[in-house]
Amino acid sequence: MREEIIVRVGAKVLAPFIIMFALYVHFHGDYSPGGGFQAGVILAAAFALLALVYGLEEVQRVLPPWFVRGCAALGVVIFAGVGVVTMLLGHNYLAYNALAPDPTHPEHGQHYGILLVELGVLVTVFGVMATVFYLFAGRKGQAP
Amino acid sequence: MLLTLLAATGFALLRIRNLFAVVMLAGVYSLLSAGLFTVMDAVDVAFTEAAVGAGISTVLFLGALALCGHHESKPGHTPLLPLFVVCLTGAALVYGTMDMPGFGEASNPVHHHVADHYLEESYGEIGIPNVVTSVLASYRGYDTMGETTVVFAAAVGVMILLVGGARARRARGGGEEG
Amino acid sequence: MTLDLLLTHYNYWVVIFLMMVGFYILISRGNLIKKIVGLNVFQTSVFMLYISLGKITEGTPPILVDGYGDADVVYSNPLPHVLILTAIVVGIATTSVGLALAVRIKEAYGTLEEDEITGIEAGIEPAGEAGG
Repeated sequence: MREEIIVRVGAKVLAPFIIMFALYVHFHGDYSPGGGFQAGVILAAAFALLALVYGLEEVQRVLPPWFVRGCAALGVVIFAGVGVVTMLLGHNYLAYNALAPDPTHPEHGQHYGILLVELGVLVTVFGVMATVFYLFAGRKGQAP
Repeated sequence: MLLTLLAATGFALLRIRNLFAVVMLAGVYSLLSAGLFTVMDAVDVAFTEAAVGAGISTVLFLGALALCGHHESKPGHTPLLPLFVVCLTGAALVYGTMDMPGFGEASNPVHHHVADHYLEESYGEIGIPNVVTSVLASYRGYDTMGETTVVFAAAVGVMILLVGGARARRARGGGEEG
Repeated sequence: MTLDLLLTHYNYWVVIFLMMVGFYILISRGNLIKKIVGLNVFQTSVFMLYISLGKITEGTPPILVDGYGDADVVYSNPLPHVLILTAIVVGIATTSVGLALAVRIKEAYGTLEEDEITGIEAGIEPAGEAGG
């Protein structure tokens, strides 16, 4: 597929928009359907598209396997870390009201909390999907 | 209508023996079910199903097929026993639905436990319009955290299975082909 | 009466049909990848069951209009949506583990058919004893 010019140019044009769309889905998840899960999957799909068209090595130069593996772990740390931060601020685990900049409006903290937690989900799901894709695609097959 | 289409796809999945076509049909099946979720007001779920089921999952299946080959041989034993078991289970389940409340009635008990609270109070407590997001990330934050951990654990599992295997093969001199 | 039952329960029955198709693929087919596809069909049918429970006729998606839910706007139940959202992502994670296992089995045995694997197992064991 690497010689097909339409596919190559098409993938090149589409990929940035897919990545943009993933970020939109994540940050707009409060108001419209979407959130960390969908954004992570779409982001991984963008890189999977590039890898299918341009070859795995090219994508792995941009996004090395150790990086996506780190992402998978980092996301869980972000999620759990938000909980620890709210505990340090004197609230219950994962009680986002603690994050409000203005204590008279505790519900504002929910915005930050949800956005951070969803960011953790995004990073983990992206890391996991990309790792799994790398492992399947990078394996030397012995298909008949 | 969509449901009938889904049923037809499911039946085709059963009959076709070329795994390549099966995987493609599974993608179609996912997309159809995403459409169905939209019709049933679950836009978030439909979005996820379309991205996961029709996108990533198809790519992963194709990756696995490239490694494994795509021919399925004819099952050696007769299908009568599985068919019997399936019909029995199906009949039991249909019998179970007889007691279930009708589809889409607002008075169904499932809508009156905690859902009312989520719909009526969440804007005051959380302040964001998408109730699914606020329940997912705030009311049920523990669930979602555990779920993120499960996804991470799955990645670790795949890494153990595939990375470790490659290293072991190299250690044995890269033989074992075929 | 019967027609009424058919109309209100049609969803559940199709879901059960799909579930049984998945179940049948799972127990009657020997190929491991086909089994994973069957498992996916089964899983999706369960998702559909949950979502149909959450649907209210004439309802709208649970995204609040103008901030606060008016009394005259009916929203579908958001709780099943949340549960299924996480279930889908966990589902793809478990599917990928299953596929990885299938790939490893293919590499170890050279086949994905359950019968052949059982045969190889039975044939190899005496040889393994002789060699070890």
